[in-house]
Amino acid sequence: MKASLKRFKASYFFYSFKRDKVAMVSFIILVIFLLLSLGAPLISPYNPYDSASIDIMNSEIPPAWYEEGSSQFLLGTDNMGRDLLSTMFYGLRISVMIGLGAVFLQAFIGISVGLTAGYMGGKVDAVLMRMADIQFSFPYLMVAIFISAVFQILFGIGSYEQLAVPLLVVIIGLSEWPVYARTIRASVMGEKNKEYVEAARVIGLSRPVIMVRHVLPNTLTSVMVISTIQVANAVMSEAALSFLGLGMPVTMPSLGSLIKSGFEYIFSGIWWITIFPGVFLILFVLVINLLGDWMRDVLNPKLYKG
Amino acid sequence: MFAFIVRRITQAIFVMLIISMVGFAIKNKIGDPVRDLVGERVTPEERAQIRDRLGLNDPFAAQYIRFLKNVTKGDLGQSFFYKKPALDVIVGKAPATLELVFGAALIIILISMPLGIYTALKPQSTLSRFIMGFSTLGVSMPVFLTAIMLIYIFGVNLHWLPSYGRGDTVDLFGNGWWQTGFLTLDGLEHLILPCVSLASIMLPLFIRLIRSEMMEVLETEYIKYAWAKGLSPMRIWLVHAFKNTLLPVVTVFGVQIGIMFAFTILTETVFQWQGMGYMFLEAVERSDISLLIAYLIVVGSVFVMVNTLVDILYGFINPTVRIAGRK
Amino acid sequence: MSHLLEVEDLEVKFALRGGDLTAINGASFTLDPGEKMGIVGESGAGKSVTGFAIINLISKPGFISGGRILFNGEEISTFSDEKMRKIRGNRISMIFQDPMMTLNPVFTIGTQMVETLKAHRNISRHEAEKIALEKLRKVYIPSPEKRLAQYPHEFSGGMRQRIIIAISLLTDPALIIADEPTTALDVTIQAEIMDLLQELCDTDEMGLILITHDLGVVSQVTEKMAVMYAGKIIESGATDEVVMHPTHPYTKGLIKSLPGMIKPGEDLYQIPGMMPNLTDIPPGCAFNPRCPIKEPVCLEKEPKLLSTKQGIMAACHMVER
Repeated sequence: MKASLKRFKASYFFYSFKRDKVAMVSFIILVIFLLLSLGAPLISPYNPYDSASIDIMNSEIPPAWYEEGSSQFLLGTDNMGRDLLSTMFYGLRISVMIGLGAVFLQAFIGISVGLTAGYMGGKVDAVLMRMADIQFSFPYLMVAIFISAVFQILFGIGSYEQLAVPLLVVIIGLSEWPVYARTIRASVMGEKNKEYVEAARVIGLSRPVIMVRHVLPNTLTSVMVISTIQVANAVMSEAALSFLGLGMPVTMPSLGSLIKSGFEYIFSGIWWITIFPGVFLILFVLVINLLGDWMRDVLNPKLYKG
Repeated sequence: MFAFIVRRITQAIFVMLIISMVGFAIKNKIGDPVRDLVGERVTPEERAQIRDRLGLNDPFAAQYIRFLKNVTKGDLGQSFFYKKPALDVIVGKAPATLELVFGAALIIILISMPLGIYTALKPQSTLSRFIMGFSTLGVSMPVFLTAIMLIYIFGVNLHWLPSYGRGDTVDLFGNGWWQTGFLTLDGLEHLILPCVSLASIMLPLFIRLIRSEMMEVLETEYIKYAWAKGLSPMRIWLVHAFKNTLLPVVTVFGVQIGIMFAFTILTETVFQWQGMGYMFLEAVERSDISLLIAYLIVVGSVFVMVNTLVDILYGFINPTVRIAGRK
Repeated sequence: MSHLLEVEDLEVKFALRGGDLTAINGASFTLDPGEKMGIVGESGAGKSVTGFAIINLISKPGFISGGRILFNGEEISTFSDEKMRKIRGNRISMIFQDPMMTLNPVFTIGTQMVETLKAHRNISRHEAEKIALEKLRKVYIPSPEKRLAQYPHEFSGGMRQRIIIAISLLTDPALIIADEPTTALDVTIQAEIMDLLQELCDTDEMGLILITHDLGVVSQVTEKMAVMYAGKIIESGATDEVVMHPTHPYTKGLIKSLPGMIKPGEDLYQIPGMMPNLTDIPPGCAFNPRCPIKEPVCLEKEPKLLSTKQGIMAACHMVER
């Protein structure tokens, strides 16, 4: 462990990270976000999911620096009387959970399919890639929206509540696995012909072992590169679904649902319910994207030589 | 080549069948065609009678075949809410969405090309860095947020542009079907914010795409040779490099148009734009299954057709114009 | 006495992350009108860079860091891009290595020929096409009228290279720089193309700089030659002399390794070792690790290119002057 850490510190990866200010700042901000989301129950002044602590009479209070604001609610309250700051933290938490969960699912399915298709080739490859192509031709958002819509109609809003988070993870996870499948497959096909694979075969290792223990680690750079975009996409998809009312229910709002509930109010001057969660969300996705951009530049072998 | 086309088309038909099957299955299990036809105020006996008459107690396969037959005749079921054939409803709302997509596409083309070329030619300039930074920002903003921000700044605060609706429209074909907003000043004003919002999804993507494609092209042997021939920089960049860049970009563009349709759902919601997307959401709220499934089939088919067409077109362009010359 | 081309102590560097890398370390040679010269060396020796340096078209991050290049008496190495443009493709034409990659696949031959002419002459498209047809005939392309409307991929490799040669002749240049013009072609076509080049240069009094690793071609076509090693010219002189009586140990090794130089049944000769990477050039004479006759002075001092007894120039401490 120590040796790998030492190697990492001396690596080009770490070196260019330290030199790129944008990457460092983004990373720090991202860590802050993650800490906020993890520690939401601990640091939020209120628990927005506890209906007992919410008083509808508190609704639509402006941020603390306004005259009508109160120091109790730093960023104001939403239309149900929930403290905006706390709800944003909890909402961020949901976004992180769903974002990471969906991407793990996507990656798991996608990598398994891509690895198998790339390594086995032939008929297996053709069939699997056909499936991926077909799904690929549909924009993931449409698929997600449609599935959510059907689910809502089918099961009604009630039982939806408990299932919401895992359901969203599954929906978003299922809608984008082809991205991983294609990327891994391309990578695997490149690695397949290299000597170490032949060596492993000669030793007599079984196919699954070769695939997972030898080929897979070498394809992980491409996985890392697309994962950041995918997390950003997943977070935005969840926000979009919630905004449409097809995502998180009103009692467990995510950033998207907050934005939705605040939308009608901006015309009457009550801007904070939409704008604060909005900016928060943009910032979160932005740092993920910036880090992803930087990682892509560093890991790209073409630019590496340069 | 011919075999390729046939294969592609068979695949397309196969996909459409799957879509229709999924759609039908949902409709069958969840939808209530009796309610669609006669509303809710019917007695249980009448309901049973109507179900029998409609053949709703037949086996699944038989119903599916009937469904397919109807689809080919243009009958996608009856919208419960609008009390009209679903297809009519969709076709009626289509122009609004189509204008939105068209306007957005126009903005994308007009802006991504010059910006993409510029950032490829001068990647280190301040303006380029600014554009690229802006594009990263654009990618990080979900379309509905862009829309809301635009409304907030330009509509609510500055009062420069309207925040919802289509404004005054004019009948394009004289038969009441296509109401266009492009021919009135008010309509155009109403088109600006929604089209910009919709374009904001694809714009960063295209700027980056054009930029990276062009940067790759600029490194090729034939561009170097063009320099060796002593051609003017303008000609090299705008004629040679750009034409080679355009080909892959055009194919991406075709597919992305389809994807834009998905995002119209979000945009139309924010702007209360009476198009197909808005209709979709209303149908969800009202549990109007027939309309939902009809939407699925129509949009799905358009998708599959556009994708197939683009694939076939690319097959034509590619072998003869193999983008050789890359190092 | 004005040479057509005079290269004096040319120095080319590449600005890399870790510092500047010297790709060409003081190359000098001259070329007169109608003269054919060869620049020989292994891959990475710097010969292509030399060719590109003459028309100041070195790929970034390369740049000319020293020396002079005089074309018809004018110092062109410091010319602005605008002025250089008037020379490139006009007074000095360049032929690249792989004709498939050199012609833009999405434009017709006609377009690519006419645009070259229109970039340098104020003539109509019709006149440009006439000149194009004339040059196509000169390179023996059958039915040239039909060719103008065709695309590069519709031609064979040999035909494409002929077209490239035709393009290089469009403006009746004074000098043609040919960078490995036959490497990407079949052996039989190679001979045809070299014969064509030779004939054209002879009839039109054009100078030719032939950059190649193929000693055989050089000995057939050129009148004088320069041998490059690790960025330096280590031997130069009349082609016949250099090939028949090489003085520098490297050149001797090169000649010895030609398959035609051994009797059937013998092993082929190979110079032991490899040419060093430009980042790793040993001190003193760059060839010393592989040299069979090295002495202590070779490890310390860089040899200069000086005349030998036989009248050729060699950069070696061990050579008799």
